Amino acid sequence: MDTDYKYEPKNGLTRWLDSRLPLMRFTSEHVLQFPTPKNLNYFWTFGFILTMCLVTQIITGIILAMHYAPSTLLAFDSVEHIMRNVNYGWLIRYIHSNGASMFFLAVFIHMFRGLYYGSYKEPREVIWILGCIIYLLMIVTAFMGYVLPWGQMSFWGATVIINLVGTLPLIGESLTQMLLGGFAVDNPTLNRFFSLHYLLPFIIFGVVLLHIWALHVPGNNNPVGLSVQGKQDTVAFHPYYTVKDFFAYTVFLLLFCYFIFYNPNALGHADNYIEADAMVTPAHIVPEWYLLPFYAILRAVPDKLAGVLLMFGAIAVLFFLPWLDTAKVRSGRYRPIFRYFYVLFVIDCLILGYLGAQVPEGIYLFLSRVTTIYYFAFFLLVLPILGRIEKMKPMPIGISNSELSRDMVAAE
Amino acid sequence: MSDTLDDDKPTRRDFLYITTGAFGVVGAASVAWPLIDQLNPDASVKAVSTIEVDISSIEPGSFLKVAWRGKPIYIRRRTNEEIADAEKDDNLNLPDPQKDMERVQKKEWLVVVGVCTHLGCIPIANQGEYEGWFCPCHGSHYDISGRIRKGPAPTNLEIPPYEFVSDSLIKIG
Ligand code: HEM
Ligand code: FES
Repeated sequence: MDTDYKYEPKNGLTRWLDSRLPLMRFTSEHVLQFPTPKNLNYFWTFGFILTMCLVTQIITGIILAMHYAPSTLLAFDSVEHIMRNVNYGWLIRYIHSNGASMFFLAVFIHMFRGLYYGSYKEPREVIWILGCIIYLLMIVTAFMGYVLPWGQMSFWGATVIINLVGTLPLIGESLTQMLLGGFAVDNPTLNRFFSLHYLLPFIIFGVVLLHIWALHVPGNNNPVGLSVQGKQDTVAFHPYYTVKDFFAYTVFLLLFCYFIFYNPNALGHADNYIEADAMVTPAHIVPEWYLLPFYAILRAVPDKLAGVLLMFGAIAVLFFLPWLDTAKVRSGRYRPIFRYFYVLFVIDCLILGYLGAQVPEGIYLFLSRVTTIYYFAFFLLVLPILGRIEKMKPMPIGISNSELSRDMVAAE
Repeated sequence: MSDTLDDDKPTRRDFLYITTGAFGVVGAASVAWPLIDQLNPDASVKAVSTIEVDISSIEPGSFLKVAWRGKPIYIRRRTNEEIADAEKDDNLNLPDPQKDMERVQKKEWLVVVGVCTHLGCIPIANQGEYEGWFCPCHGSHYDISGRIRKGPAPTNLEIPPYEFVSDSLIKIG
């Protein structure tokens, strides 16, 4: 993005550094003075919140790994040891386990924001795709992390999910054995999951850097979806958005702290406090809440392979979103019909989440089929068609007078 | 120079590029293979893949659950009625058609892997509509021959490789 602002080193030392490593220039031009649309609302604070979530998971995770033992004989006990003996171990573990949930909560809001305001549209396709990659990596990371405490849900969740791979024709069985390192979830599985669970967050970190790099080429989208036309449309990131971001993060922390201190196991499953037993399956296997919508899609289909394909398809379709939505107008604010379908889609995802935790029988099964169909129809039918036929609402002329011109349109 | 003469004629240099590239690929693949193959079950995992089980203490109508390759195996000593029940259903329209005879070595003994063929939970013995097994995870019912009768599981309970070492000893694996 074109910046009018150019960094000027102020003294000998910064001038010396600037011609060798332009770190201060970079920070100044890309963080502090970065020109940001002046009409961003609170939905735009979730990028920062997500970064803080990632940092929190990495810090608490590294500390947990100092006390955790990745072996089927020791894992469960070492987590209990963290909870009972390690100084503040309970706190660090509760931050980490609830942190995963908060991370997903934030990423869902962040993604639904992008969906509503058309942040995936030209010229921001790459930002969106990198975001989808981050989301996928988060799912894999959280799934592997959940196996580490070696409780009943850890074990059976892993068994069911890895068995999904076995449905693939021909290579299924050998691929499953390769992932497991044996014939069932066991010590080799736990060890490799620990190794990867440690690694993946740093990969996520790398992709986040690319995500922000890609963002800094066109700059932020904004609630009216118009491109920045000049200086009158932007403010410097600091102090305007640093303050806004920190304020939002503080509110977010309130909710986070509620879970950590008052209800730390609300989002987990009691069965995971029973040590893994390869010979007994818990009566009702449920994944973590943030995976439930996909679990519902998986079980909506009677055919095993088709269910697996649909489940992966539900994530894959996100990657193609920039080309599925044919509307030129970015922001949902000016798309009167899209708004209804959008709200319906959000509700649809919530219902899918609810259904993922129910036994797939009778009315639940029927509902999960209907909601699965709408999930895909939204991307594959509504967005491609609607963009061509919808009559958009009148748009403001620019960002800085968007509020003004909204009033003018209303007055006409 | 040379590229002004005959542009699309293959040159010695093209040959060098292609051979170097090909060797590079083979080299990279041969280094990658150990990195991938280490994921596969190793010898120590495979070594424990045969067990011998003493079956003399199993009463007719009851079963023994043993661990093989980290999975449960049900060894079931069937009563005459149970055998008759299983054979009676041989010619019904089953989801995964198999005769009881094809699933046993001795009619009295049914040996199956206790892993649901749906998504790998452990079915509970003596439960479900067919009184064979019932899988609590997503509701699959198996009969007294371990055949799938109702529910999402696509195939019958697997039969592990086994042999009777003697009348009271089975070798699994
Ligand atoms: C993308 C970031 C991350 C996510 C979403 C995540 C998620 C999770 C989840 C859901 C659990 C299970 C919590 C429980 O029920 O106890 C877990 C456990 C664990 N994680 Fe992470 N994690 C992340 C980053 C890290 C990092 C960077 C490390 C560093 C090594 C780490 C180390 C651990 C350890 C040792 C455990 C087992 C202890 C326990 O269960 O509390 N995690 N993680
Ligand atoms: S795993 Fe047994 S019914 Fe799904």
